Amino acid sequence: MGGEFDWTVIWKYREALWDGMLTSLKLFAIALAGGIFFGTLLALARLSSWKALSLPAAGFVNLIRAIPFIMAIFWFYFLTPMIVSKFTGQQGEAVGPFTSAVVAFIMVESAYYSEIIRAGIQSIPRGQPAAAYALGMTYWQSMGHIVLPQAFRNMLPVMLTQAVILFQDTSLVYVVALKDFLGAASKAGQLTGRIVELYLFVAVVFFILCFAASWGVKRLQARLAVAR
Amino acid sequence: MDWKIFLEQAPSGGMTYLGWLWSGLFWTLAVSACAWVLAFTVGSVVGIARTTPLAWARALGTAYVELFRNIPLLVQMFLWYFVMPEVIPKAWGDWLKQDMPNLLTLPFAAQFSLWEFTAAVLCLGLYTASRVAEQVRSGIQSLPRGQVAAGLAMGLTLPQVYRHVTLPMAYRIVIPPMTSEFLTIFKNSSTALTIGVLELTAQSRQISEYTFKTFEAFTAATLIYIVITMTVILLMRTLERRVAVPGYIAQGGGH
Amino acid sequence: MAMIEIRNVSKWYGAFQVLKDCTSRVEKGEVVVVCGPSGSGKSTLIKTVNGLEPFQQGEIVVNGTSVGAAKTNLPKVRAQIGMVFQNFELFPHMSITDNLTLAQVKVLGRTREAAVEKGHKLLERVGLLNQKDKYPGQLSGGQQQRVAIARALSMDPIAMLFDEPTSALDPEMINEVLDVMVELAREGMTMMVVTHEMGFARKVAHRVVFMDHGQIVEDCTKDEFFGTPRSERAQAFLSKILHH
Ligand SMILES: Nc1ncnc2c1ncn2[C@@H]1O[C@H](COP(=O)(O)OP(=O)(O)OP(=O)(O)O)[C@@H](O)[C@H]1O
Ligand SMILES: [Mg+2]
Repeated sequence: MGGEFDWTVIWKYREALWDGMLTSLKLFAIALAGGIFFGTLLALARLSSWKALSLPAAGFVNLIRAIPFIMAIFWFYFLTPMIVSKFTGQQGEAVGPFTSAVVAFIMVESAYYSEIIRAGIQSIPRGQPAAAYALGMTYWQSMGHIVLPQAFRNMLPVMLTQAVILFQDTSLVYVVALKDFLGAASKAGQLTGRIVELYLFVAVVFFILCFAASWGVKRLQARLAVAR
Repeated sequence: MDWKIFLEQAPSGGMTYLGWLWSGLFWTLAVSACAWVLAFTVGSVVGIARTTPLAWARALGTAYVELFRNIPLLVQMFLWYFVMPEVIPKAWGDWLKQDMPNLLTLPFAAQFSLWEFTAAVLCLGLYTASRVAEQVRSGIQSLPRGQVAAGLAMGLTLPQVYRHVTLPMAYRIVIPPMTSEFLTIFKNSSTALTIGVLELTAQSRQISEYTFKTFEAFTAATLIYIVITMTVILLMRTLERRVAVPGYIAQGGGH
Repeated sequence: MAMIEIRNVSKWYGAFQVLKDCTSRVEKGEVVVVCGPSGSGKSTLIKTVNGLEPFQQGEIVVNGTSVGAAKTNLPKVRAQIGMVFQNFELFPHMSITDNLTLAQVKVLGRTREAAVEKGHKLLERVGLLNQKDKYPGQLSGGQQQRVAIARALSMDPIAMLFDEPTSALDPEMINEVLDVMVELAREGMTMMVVTHEMGFARKVAHRVVFMDHGQIVEDCTKDEFFGTPRSERAQAFLSKILHH
């Protein structure tokens, strides 16, 4: 059936596809940075001996992890404009779909990253923060200079693997009709009827990117294992 | 907040909105269960293949895992549903799209056909199989190498060693992660809504669109997801205790 | 006024009482050795002194500051007291120099240059200046513990706490660490040392505290402790330690 394919459609829609890829990458980068930042705070909150902090954090993380990613996207897509307009008094439309998607992704990823980071922090022997405190460091100094740098180093392969998964998950914004890479291909497919070529192209691009990244992570992991 | 909304008659299916939710839950569980069986079967074959001494079997197994792991699930869903019927011989593709839906009418106010259901199960099952394969492989590889040697020394053939020594142990190690794979499928099954399968997430969105009671609709679905997740985790703990081999590594109970 | 004053301290882990009404003191310039069987609460006691372990009853006063009081600035108290741990606890992701300078810069607010100068002077003193750019993992246990002592000294502490500083070391490395500690004691550093090294105690200790089951069973001068009149429990402990 190969004769019926028309691969020129990909060239014809290269700009839209490229814009879509940029949207995907932007969402990925923001969600990654936000996820790690808030994930760290969530992990610290969960490890706190102060119940008023650890219980809500645990509740949030377990809640997010118990529901489908798409359900979480729907939730934040619904909540973000509502909450923003409540605080700013502006109309809900002031918050664009991209912002809502970003909020959803940061929330979900921070829950996933907090579990990784929590395990990383717990892998550091208790003597390390004790030594930092004994030198007169505060909680934040001990975390910032001693515990977290070591935890992140230990967790680097897992965090990068999760980043590859996150990059794949960005395609889920399709469900709120945001034009990411998959969304752009889908749109082009509707206009031309060439969904087969376009979806195959999307699959190949994702495969190449993710395969290369996973391979890089594996290499890094092997190097770290030797260094230790 | 208006929770009575769920008792109102829904515009289709001859049921209330609560009925829609149950229907969604039913299809979420149906898709998940079928996909899990598929994932377990295919994943076992692929995982075992990656541990055999046969180089070509290992290569095939590795290729499978890498292929399915590195393409987003949602894209895979579209490949099965939109692309696959177009790239197989035309008669087969047409059969999938036109005749398969008429084979039987799905129960429980499904509003979608057997073909959508099948595509969803294939996608979720074969995707998850790549994860299961990794669990099975690491389960087998975590066994002491001496076990296989001991089996072979007793005069068993390699398949016999797998059947009687390696696999029974490996599966005891693998069962806990296997049940958590069910939870993964259970959550991932919501991607099937993109090809029209009205599972739980889709139903809650549909209810929100019809009634504008978004908060209530999402809350109800979220609660159902949490209850099922907690139930599976409890079952998993019980099962883990059942299959633990006395005296064998970190199985909770200790020596 | 004593440098470290421990008054009627009790501590519980849930229902289990680790410290039972402990009272003792360390004068300025005094070396006190704490010993006792495993699990008797030695580590717990020494860690209450700089507030690493909270306690429920009693009072600990270090250089005039009550450690357990709610309004006490604990980091400030800790910055004045050096502590050396059984497992060294050097920061593995930092070079030896950075291990020595981090707290000087971040806690005491010294300039990086001043901190490096101070750190290197102390490294020289423990005989490890040539290791300054290495990482802790590249050093032997004895070397790591000497660096840890230098790190504690870099804060110009008014007293030093040691929690079994040699018990994680191979026998041939114990003396290189003890030598540093002996020198420190002879210079007049106030020291509280949990150790089973009775040779060290004989050489430099002024007093010996013996603990068992969370209680301070004996608190006496070195000569009294190693002389005849002492509790049965301490006798049993000593004979086990000396003849094993
Ligand atoms: N976090 C904790 N929770 C509960 N019990 C603890 C905890 N830390 C220590 N313990 C108990 O408190 C007692 C005293 O512990 P500690 O570490 O102070 O003993 P030690 O005298 O230093 O022993 P060792 O010579 O083995 O170092 C022990 O019985 C120990 O099991
Ligand atoms: Mg101890």
